[in-house]
Amino acid sequence: MAGAFAAILKRDLTLALRHRGEMANPLVFFVVVVSLFPLALGPEQETLTRVAPGIIWVAALLAATLAMDGMFRSDFEDGSLEQMLLSPQPPSLLVLAKILAHWLATGLPLILISPLLALFLQLPGEALAVLLATLALGTPTLSMVGAIGVALTVGLRRGGLLLTLLVLPLYVPVLIFAAGAVDNAASGFPVAGQLYFLAALLVLSVTLAPLAAAASLRISLG
Amino acid sequence: MASDPQPHSSPAAAPAPTAGAAARPWPTGEPAVFEAVELTCVRRDRVLFEGFSFRLEAGELLQIEGANGSGKTSLLRILVLLALADEGEVRWNGTSTEENRADYLSSLTYIGHTPGVKADLTAFENLRVATALAGAAAACDPDDALEAVGLAGFEDTYVRELSAGQTRRVALARLLLQPTRLWILDEPFTALDRSGKRLVEGMLEDHCAAGGMALITTHQPVDVGDAAKTRIHMGAEPAPVDEAG
Repeated sequence: MAGAFAAILKRDLTLALRHRGEMANPLVFFVVVVSLFPLALGPEQETLTRVAPGIIWVAALLAATLAMDGMFRSDFEDGSLEQMLLSPQPPSLLVLAKILAHWLATGLPLILISPLLALFLQLPGEALAVLLATLALGTPTLSMVGAIGVALTVGLRRGGLLLTLLVLPLYVPVLIFAAGAVDNAASGFPVAGQLYFLAALLVLSVTLAPLAAAASLRISLG
Repeated sequence: MASDPQPHSSPAAAPAPTAGAAARPWPTGEPAVFEAVELTCVRRDRVLFEGFSFRLEAGELLQIEGANGSGKTSLLRILVLLALADEGEVRWNGTSTEENRADYLSSLTYIGHTPGVKADLTAFENLRVATALAGAAAACDPDDALEAVGLAGFEDTYVRELSAGQTRRVALARLLLQPTRLWILDEPFTALDRSGKRLVEGMLEDHCAAGGMALITTHQPVDVGDAAKTRIHMGAEPAPVDEAG
């Protein structure tokens, strides 16, 4: 079982590495959107610091949504997904491996680049650590929840809009707690409450999303 | 994750190219029965087939023919549990496959009309993933399986760069990796040249001789030697169910 998990993880990371251009799209989108705001709002530190948490998080959320669509698409088209669901391995485990690989390829780079963007927006140093923590807890949750939506829409020819409508409402709690935590940190308030909520959402989604996504994939294939 | 016991790393005893000698995971002579009972499939208000039944025993090959659109692929997808039948049941060794899912799936290799081969992985990488998915220890090394299907020298070629027939052979190599009791193949001869077709026929013959069972859809005449072969015709045309040697 661990062998199958590792094999799928390795396979998807290899594929991501061979499609570097595609994988870079959400990252470029994230950087471009965030760096346009100082140009539009002007360079005043107060304004930027005030809006920085919201901007970074909204951009991260949209970048994650943008990346989502490809999660199962090519496997669906070339029949690999059928083979995964027909293997004696538990499908939710394989789906978890796929989501993890997808997050490593598209979510992790967002976290790594965010200190630079925090600098653009003059986010105070104490808020940066909290920003990284919220991204580390929040973006995997987005991938997990998004996977359910992708699994439901992968069989549709134009599922993109439907996918967005399905998953964005589910992203809202993550956005509220994450942006709130960074905001609090920038103003010197405690952030533990929001971080606990994000951690709880992550645990909940890691536990349930692979099961739901695997079931949705069976529906999409059937 | 790092210390997973990769089945593919075990140095499998080199099997004969026709895989007849590969270790079978089932005891010789053990009975097995694969049955479809009164299957009905309705797609978009059209009845594709109704009350469709067959029974397949160890060592037998079932060939399903039928015009395009007569529901062959739908039937296969129902048999491998990818789709639901509107009525009827698929049974493996007497129990419903829905209840017995894990046991059934571990006895099954299915190759659909999309071959399930990743274009951006090499032939070898594709088979390594397939081995890991199959779970149990592989009877055959990916390199040997590729050699057996005539792809020696293409191990490290991206499947994207292979021809359609070669891609199909990569998919067929999965049959040798981990011998399962039941093979369900959708149009296995598509895109294959004459030697490829003979290769598949040889694999089917060996498989049936070893007590395996196979269900294939194809229009071409299939020569599997002494294996018991049944042909079923699907669709509106008169449906002669004839037995052939």
